[in-house]
Amino acid sequence: MARTVWDSTVGKKAVMAVSGLIMLLYLVVHMIGNLKIFFGTEEFNHYAHWLRTVGEPFMHYEWTLWVVRVVLVVAVVAHATSAYQLSRRDIKARPTPYAHRRRRAGYATRTMRWGGVILGLFIVWHILDLTTGTVHAGGFESGKPYQNVVDTFSTWYGNTVYIVAMLALGLHIQHGFWSAAQTLGAGSRSRDRALKTVANVLALLLTAGFIAVPVGVMTGVVS
Amino acid sequence: MTSYADYTTGAPVVDAKAPEGPINERWDKRRFEAKLVNPANRRKHTVIVVGTGLAGGSAGATLAEQGYHVVQFCYQDSPRRAHSIAAQGGINAAKNYRNDGDSVHRLFYDTVKGGDFRARESNVHRLAQISVEIIDQCVAQGVPFAREYGGLLDTRSFGGVQVSRTFYARGQTGQQLLLGAYQALSRQVAAGNIELHPRTEMLDVIVVDGRARGIVARDLITGRIDTYYADAVVLASGGYGNVFYLSTNAMNSNATAVWRAHRRGAYFANPCFTQIHPTCIPRTGDHQSKLTLMSESLRNDGRIWVPRAKGDDRPPNRIPEDERDYYLERIYPSFGNLVPRDIASRAAKNVCDEGRGVGPGGQGVYLDFADAIQRMGREAVEAKYGNLFDMYQRITDEDPYEVPMRIYPAVHYTMGGLWVDYDLQTTVPGLFAIGEANFSDHGANRLGASALMQGLADGYFVLPATINDYLARNPHKDEVGDDHPVVQEVLAETQDRLNLLLSVDGDRTPDSFHRELGELMWEFCGMARTDSGLRKALERIPQIREEFWRRIKVPGTGEEFNQSLEKANRIVDYLELAELMCLDALHRSESCGGHFREESQTPDGEAARKDEEFSYAAAWEFTGTGEAPVLHKEDLVFEYVHPTQRSYA
Amino acid sequence: MRLTLRVWRQKNAAAEGAMSTYEVDGISPDMSFLEMLDTLNEELILKGEDPVAFDHDCREGICGACSLVINGDAHGPERTTTCQLHMRSFRDGDTIDIEPWRASAFPVVKDLVVDRSAFDRIIQAGGYITAPTGAAPEAHATPVPKADADFAFEHAECIGCGACVAACPNGAAMLFTSAKVNHLNVLPQGAPERETRVLDMVGQMDAEGFGGCTLTGECATACPKGIPLMSITSMNKEWLRAARKAGKR
Repeated sequence: MARTVWDSTVGKKAVMAVSGLIMLLYLVVHMIGNLKIFFGTEEFNHYAHWLRTVGEPFMHYEWTLWVVRVVLVVAVVAHATSAYQLSRRDIKARPTPYAHRRRRAGYATRTMRWGGVILGLFIVWHILDLTTGTVHAGGFESGKPYQNVVDTFSTWYGNTVYIVAMLALGLHIQHGFWSAAQTLGAGSRSRDRALKTVANVLALLLTAGFIAVPVGVMTGVVS
Repeated sequence: MTSYADYTTGAPVVDAKAPEGPINERWDKRRFEAKLVNPANRRKHTVIVVGTGLAGGSAGATLAEQGYHVVQFCYQDSPRRAHSIAAQGGINAAKNYRNDGDSVHRLFYDTVKGGDFRARESNVHRLAQISVEIIDQCVAQGVPFAREYGGLLDTRSFGGVQVSRTFYARGQTGQQLLLGAYQALSRQVAAGNIELHPRTEMLDVIVVDGRARGIVARDLITGRIDTYYADAVVLASGGYGNVFYLSTNAMNSNATAVWRAHRRGAYFANPCFTQIHPTCIPRTGDHQSKLTLMSESLRNDGRIWVPRAKGDDRPPNRIPEDERDYYLERIYPSFGNLVPRDIASRAAKNVCDEGRGVGPGGQGVYLDFADAIQRMGREAVEAKYGNLFDMYQRITDEDPYEVPMRIYPAVHYTMGGLWVDYDLQTTVPGLFAIGEANFSDHGANRLGASALMQGLADGYFVLPATINDYLARNPHKDEVGDDHPVVQEVLAETQDRLNLLLSVDGDRTPDSFHRELGELMWEFCGMARTDSGLRKALERIPQIREEFWRRIKVPGTGEEFNQSLEKANRIVDYLELAELMCLDALHRSESCGGHFREESQTPDGEAARKDEEFSYAAAWEFTGTGEAPVLHKEDLVFEYVHPTQRSYA
Repeated sequence: MRLTLRVWRQKNAAAEGAMSTYEVDGISPDMSFLEMLDTLNEELILKGEDPVAFDHDCREGICGACSLVINGDAHGPERTTTCQLHMRSFRDGDTIDIEPWRASAFPVVKDLVVDRSAFDRIIQAGGYITAPTGAAPEAHATPVPKADADFAFEHAECIGCGACVAACPNGAAMLFTSAKVNHLNVLPQGAPERETRVLDMVGQMDAEGFGGCTLTGECATACPKGIPLMSITSMNKEWLRAARKAGKR
């Protein structure tokens, strides 16, 4: 079955949909966790530490986190690979453009590919910045995420990169969530409105929720 | 010098295949008597099928299912586009699901009577019998017929009939039935049983030792002319309504296959029997390329009228009631707007000829729904006819809810075609004709929703049963190849004709000739025909033909995709067929069905048949271009339905 | 009306093509778009030039032959087929761009004519119900709920013109394929081949080199018969179901 799925455009699209939904679920949790920053250093840092101890004593320290990380890496790779392969195929299927060009589908739909690339690059930066600290502005201290976040959003480029990425994320989710529903056959005429609403609300909440943090830092609510 | 009109009468043509005995047992009897081909041997037999419409598509699929090797052709880019797809109304079948008194015998009776007693009883009865199986077959294929809430099939009633026996799929019955046949065909293509040649047009038939052995066809993309050989050839190439230039036929529907077969020895029967449909959208100007049909059902609620005064060019809504002439209601008070197709068409022509026609060129009459809207309410009218009104508005840009529709008759269907026996075999052994390409079942007038029935009956059931007999009785003869002198000759003729068309390099386009011929035919061999008019046409056609070969201009070459060449080559055949149509119309000095001779009418202006003189099918034998043909009569015997004169006043 | 036409001219499949400009005059707003092209072609023939090749046949919106991209829109600005588009949708003095369907699975044959045989092969892969002639049960043996019959009909309306592919930025044939899958899969008669049909048809669609679906909705917007975008959703569902079942075997 795996072969059937991966070899077909419809199957590969389903892989994108499922991996996308996994990432979306993670983002919702991630966004809620981020908002804890508004409750102060202690609570935020405590939350970050807790993430490493989830499932104890059954799980060893950081095991759960690593399980999540592995799942996420698999999802990202599956999502990106299928996106890349499908895009190559799509471009090949329509080699000659029309001489008379017209603006067509909605913005969110048209920006899925480049939006996806932006998000991919963002994730790399984001991990190097706040997980490994490799490119972190100021002194990165693991175990002190509150301070690390404040550092990042105290630079203009940190804010710019993050906010742009989050806007791209909103657009990506707006089309992606609805699209995933269609790809998995969950859409229907009667459900379409509801699905579109959920997609819009998710996109809006996630974007707003994530952007709240840099805005908080910039306005001094978080310092 | 003898003129074309001086035809001679040859020996009668006899249908040797129709069995004797009670009519309801004949088809069974024929099927039993017909020899069979051993299933293991069928693979060795090749059958060529030309055309992929309802008849050709269903025949190709069925023959392939039976195990024959089928080689099939269509000029379209896909078999799914054959013009059967445009049929709107429905398909008749004597299912009697309504328990309204329908039966095989009633369908048989209605069809013979509707054809004005010019069809063969045995054939029509078989058609009625098979109609029942067609519906089963199509439902099994997944044709989405209209259904009722209980999940059973819905039916409706159609013109000239008192029972509800028409099965339909909204206004797209032809499309759905054709796609059913196309899908069955596709399954056989995938299975390797059908070799399909789309965008390939048959240009001639190869007849060797008196038997059809193959065809010559042109690949429309490369221009390559090839030969294809077979044990039998089936023509399912449709009707010849495009002789008239303007018709409801598809632009590329043509008569080349049947006409070439005729030239090679197949008799052409009743060429003058053409059906003119009363409710089409009128032409808007000289640019008009084709006409669009509006369902006849509109006449149930619309009222047809023209202004009383000649040349009254006021907008219709400004013409007061007492200055309007509801001429159908006036002349035929008991049937009113619901008179049969031929009568409604002729009456429209008459008022337009008087100069009372409306719209551009005065070629139209009003079909007014104002009363219906007042009586039923706009919503009810919309529910019943909404899609038709939309179509009308799209084409004419007039809102039929506000302004009366304009309609005018148009050529729609040809009842005539290649003469075939009960087995659907032409007078050339091994050459079969099915669907609209043959003349068999509709007599002088076809009833609504019967064309689809006949096409599918021929293709799914009749031909696959009867062709066995021919193949079994005529085992493989010598192989025929391109080096055979007959083939050489046919190929050379085909090539020469195309070369000639390309070399004239004159100053007139193919379309200009087609239009000229069409106008002439419409004028003199259209809704009403007269001796003098037909003679005039017979005089003009050879002149047009002569001019054609002098002034035609076909750009490009024969070795490429060349639509002008395709067109011009079809016109060559129209220019000959038109002559035969006029001659047939001239010789048949009676009126019957779609053929109205002004000389032969009752005192109230109705069509008057002359049964003693003309109760036969006229099968014409070709003797040469412009040469007087030979008439062979097939006498029609009516044992079960006795001819009566129609009256609708 | 007087119009400037910019038309894609290409001698044959192997040749390079380019847009050529023509002027036409005396065009009536009542003409259909194809009649306008007829007018141009009559002039070209008399001038000894090669007329513009384009596919067309029934000219009443049902055969699916006509296939022009007009000003970037498959079948032009109205929701209909090219043959049912009338010149009143344009204004005197307009410049109109006319191009063929563009997709690598639809190679250009000449000028505005493309080869759509890929569609036929998708149908051949499974777009049918196996019902050999003569083997059919009585038509009323299996009632079909009206809702299912209507659903089937709505999808069966597809005319196979290829506008969906032409409009799709990915050159995908999902709407075409899904229309047939849905038509046949909803009917009880189509049930025995339900899984193989969708798997084989999608497989063939991929093999023909059509692109994948990104749900831009362009196909459904261009479809002259109004096949809904949801048709693709339904096919996806059918496909996943079939893939699951195939995996279990």
